[in-house]
Amino acid sequence: MKPTNIKHPEYFHKVVDCQYACPAHTPVPEYIRLIAQGRYDDAYMVNWESNVFPGILGRTCDRPCEPACRRGRVEEEPVAICRLKRVAADNKVKDDIAKRIPSKPAKKNGKRVALVGAGPASLTVARDLAPLGYELHIFDAQKAGGGFMRSQIPSFRLPEEVLDEEVGYILGMGPVARFDTYIDSLQSLLEQNYDAVFVGSGAPRGRDLKNLPGRQEGAEHIHIGIDWLGSVAFEHTKSIGKKVIVLGGGNTAMDCCRTARRLGGDDVKVLVRSPFADMKASPWEKEDAIHEDIPIVDNHVPKEFVIEDGKLVGMRFDKVRAEYDSAGRRNLVPTGEDPVFFPCDDVLVAIGQENSFPWIERDIGIVFDKWGMPVLDKETFQATNPRVFFGGDAAFGPENIITAVAHGHQAAISIDLFCRGEKPSRRPAPGVTLVSQKMGIHEWSYDNQVDDDLRYKVPHADKKLSLLDRKLEVELGFDVATAFREAERCLNCDVQTVFSDSRCIECDACVDICPTDCISFIENAEEEALRKSLKIPANNLTQDIYVSGALKTGRVMVKDEDVCLHCGLCAERCPTSAWDMQKFLYEVTKAAPLCNV
Amino acid sequence: MSYIRPNFRHPELQANELGYARKDYEGSLSTLCAGCGHDSISAAIIQSCFELAIPPHSVAKISGIGCSSKTPTYFLGKSHGFNSVHGRMPSVATGANLANRDMVYIGVSGDGDSASIGLGQFAHVTRRNLNMLYIVENNGCYGLTKGQDSATADVGSASKKGVPNPYEPIDLCTMALQLGATFVGRSFSGDKNQLVPLIKAAISHRGFAFIDVISPCVTFNNTVQSTKGYEYAREHMAATGKMDFVPVRQEITADYEPGFTHEITLHDGSVVHLYKQEPGFDANDRNQAIRTLQAYKQKGEILTGLLYIDPDLEDFHEIQGTVNKPLRDLGATELCPGSRSLEAINSNLR
Ligand SMILES: Cc1cc2nc3c(=O)[nH]c(=O)nc-3n(C[C@H](O)[C@H](O)[C@H](O)COP(=O)(O)OP(=O)(O)OC[C@H]3O[C@@H](n4cnc5c(N)ncnc54)[C@H](O)[C@@H]3O)c2cc1C
Ligand SMILES: Cc1ncc(C[n+]2csc(CCOP(=O)(O)OP(=O)(O)O)c2C)c(N)n1
Ligand code: SF4
Ligand code: SF4
Ligand code: SF4
Ligand SMILES: [Mg+2]
Repeated sequence: MKPTNIKHPEYFHKVVDCQYACPAHTPVPEYIRLIAQGRYDDAYMVNWESNVFPGILGRTCDRPCEPACRRGRVEEEPVAICRLKRVAADNKVKDDIAKRIPSKPAKKNGKRVALVGAGPASLTVARDLAPLGYELHIFDAQKAGGGFMRSQIPSFRLPEEVLDEEVGYILGMGPVARFDTYIDSLQSLLEQNYDAVFVGSGAPRGRDLKNLPGRQEGAEHIHIGIDWLGSVAFEHTKSIGKKVIVLGGGNTAMDCCRTARRLGGDDVKVLVRSPFADMKASPWEKEDAIHEDIPIVDNHVPKEFVIEDGKLVGMRFDKVRAEYDSAGRRNLVPTGEDPVFFPCDDVLVAIGQENSFPWIERDIGIVFDKWGMPVLDKETFQATNPRVFFGGDAAFGPENIITAVAHGHQAAISIDLFCRGEKPSRRPAPGVTLVSQKMGIHEWSYDNQVDDDLRYKVPHADKKLSLLDRKLEVELGFDVATAFREAERCLNCDVQTVFSDSRCIECDACVDICPTDCISFIENAEEEALRKSLKIPANNLTQDIYVSGALKTGRVMVKDEDVCLHCGLCAERCPTSAWDMQKFLYEVTKAAPLCNV
Repeated sequence: MSYIRPNFRHPELQANELGYARKDYEGSLSTLCAGCGHDSISAAIIQSCFELAIPPHSVAKISGIGCSSKTPTYFLGKSHGFNSVHGRMPSVATGANLANRDMVYIGVSGDGDSASIGLGQFAHVTRRNLNMLYIVENNGCYGLTKGQDSATADVGSASKKGVPNPYEPIDLCTMALQLGATFVGRSFSGDKNQLVPLIKAAISHRGFAFIDVISPCVTFNNTVQSTKGYEYAREHMAATGKMDFVPVRQEITADYEPGFTHEITLHDGSVVHLYKQEPGFDANDRNQAIRTLQAYKQKGEILTGLLYIDPDLEDFHEIQGTVNKPLRDLGATELCPGSRSLEAINSNLR
């Protein structure tokens, strides 16, 4: 193999598993260290710069970083990355943060951008562009900003104050928000001579079971999950029947059933077509629902709404079992048993959402594909009408907040380039730094000791009280002492092992000390053969191997990045400092420099 | 400075037949200089005992004084250990072995410990064919006392101090061969592919197994003029041939790798496979081994690998006709047969 090019910004980026997996590439280990040091403001700002909503995401993020966390490959559970983020948000000094957030720019740049929707995607675009002097007009049909974060995510998971605070930071930077304003024509918006328009209108339509028998007759007590959650959030709906059936296996179903429990549902059940293990909902959401005495009945396919005397009395389901073909595709096969009846007073249909753009004219240069989705450039988020950009759920279908944020950053860059008359395809390179952590012969400026502690659990509020109050937050967050212990579990994957060929005397000291047998000195070969011939074969192909140039003996150093603990022992035991521990900081370049941490 | 090694190990590392993890054979974190060859030898011992699936509590590690003699702290932390007096490892090992013949004895010594102050003890333990593994971690200097030339330093070799050594070196392998060792090998700390099977065979060998391991002192004797440095050892290493160790448990199949010359069955049923020997070299010929060592030395090369083995000679216990149980397993009446037995012995001597 050719020597690894560690200068390529993505090489070490990939080693920071969590950051790499985060759609916005939040520098996770960096903020975790700051939390361990009690520097909550700094930890908050590192997050704010990357993911815009640390307090919100610290409670609600889908956390793609956690399954990626290296810790999960050497012990049972990953670091509680998401809940540590919340610790930064909970313990920061609000007034100090307010001072660090850029204020309204004194000078405008003369460009105007309209943003449709005030969800996380639009808010991110607005935040990134505001410091550059853009005149930003945000329109949303809702009465306050936040999009689905406000209308869909229940308050017991995300308190309103947290949402208000973080939305407020952005609105305080200068954008003008027009709430209670539904945009019914993109064409007329474009006619108002905006330099660019950002569409962050989300995926607002909940799927229905229109053709299921009884749907029409039972309509009064059959609700579309997301519409119902929205109407609860805005306090149009305050109660529900005692017996509730929730259809669906995703996070929306989990929010529906838990909300129903708080609105008077004593007997709330989730019925899902797929097997329990295949459900889309995050494992922790399922756990929380079960903890609130909500049974999840799997392998049940809705057959009909049962109506008696013109009133919904329950639902009938067919039982199925999952069979998987050789390609792993799932088939739900009827078991042949009799249909099962479940009585209920109300049904919440939470079986997915769709995009819908009834307000976008089809003759204004925006091409839609056969699924009704806008045709976009995947990198720039620019539509076929070059003045229009999409992001968040509106771009490629429903995802989550952090994805909407990541889209927002990129769309902001595109809009800025476009407004300056440059090509949006000329993407700025990420900012990278690599700095030695050496403090003394065997001393590092990071805590290289690897802690054995198992993942700490976040304490929950008393169940009885939570079920009485829709707004009472269930998760209480880590206290600072626990947060410190949890932070210490982080392996500091951003502190990289950097090897210099010319210094190595091939003494094997690093090979012998490495607790996880990452390092081998062997004859060079092609990647496949090389991976097999390591001290322990590098079988995890998602992880790179780091190959040096030829050493004195003609061999090469090969390091499997897979389960390196970043403990620094290789560098401590190396007599010639051929290994060094260097902190790699990767920052996604934003449209504007926002803050210095 | 880290004093604790992280506890996590590679998740794909399997336990051995006894269910022990390799970690169960580790010791505390080394305090030797970073890059010391001795640490690699410790790693090779850990690997060997793990692969041989020796219960850690059935091993006794005995050493003298020196950086090398400190190393038993850094491997087999669950085994018994005795860090004795300078040059006196052999007598302590002899005593322990006589008291409990069932244990595995690993003696660790240095070139100073064995070739200077302990030369007499080295000679006698070799002669007695005590059942043990005797490893000399040979760096050509007294590392612990800051790098004075030792008795194994080659003529002209210079350590960090820069003064070439004027004295003829002692070749411990040659001495061991002359004194009747039944297993003699030489290796290099930087070549685990060779060292690990050699250690495994030496541990399985019944009788006195001696291995001289070139183990660079990175701090005091890793200069360009040193013949015990990493670079010199790598450039001047020659091997008698490749060796494989096949434990008893593993079924011995007939298909050998190419280059196979012959196999030697050890007392416990395990087998040593030898490949592509130095032309005409016979690991069963003591005199030839001595001659070949000499010839390589003259060429300025270091001959490594298995130099000599005789698996069938009687060990110290057999020569002495000792009781075949460890003393701790004997009952009070056997250990103290009473005044009538003493009377009988005494009358024999009258
Ligand atoms: C029940 C539920 C729970 C969820 N929980 C989580 C969670 O815990 N974590 C997570 O990461 N994600 C969660 N999500 C997904 C997440 O909310 C979305 O992916 C995210 O909010 C998408 O952001 P966005 O900016 O694209 O649009 P949205 O947040 O959907 O915002 C779009 C906004 O645009 C407005 N709008 C639309 N059309 C117009 C128009 N024509 N004129 C004016 N305004 C308009 C809407 O009123 C809305 O406020 C959840 C989703 C649901 C349904
Ligand atoms: C009786 C006695 N004499 C001298 C010493 C001093 N001393 C300690 S270690 C050592 C030499 C060790 O050399 P070696 O056995 O080669 O070990 P190394 O440190 O090189 O591994 C000496 C002379 C001592 N400890 N005890
Ligand atoms: S930092 Fe070095 S010693 Fe520690 S696990 Fe990684 S490669 Fe091994
Ligand atoms: S410890 Fe340093 S000098 Fe020794 S082999 Fe490793 S990198 Fe090379
Ligand atoms: S002084 Fe030499 S022998 Fe002793 S630990 Fe250091 S390198 Fe090893
Ligand atoms: Mg020595």
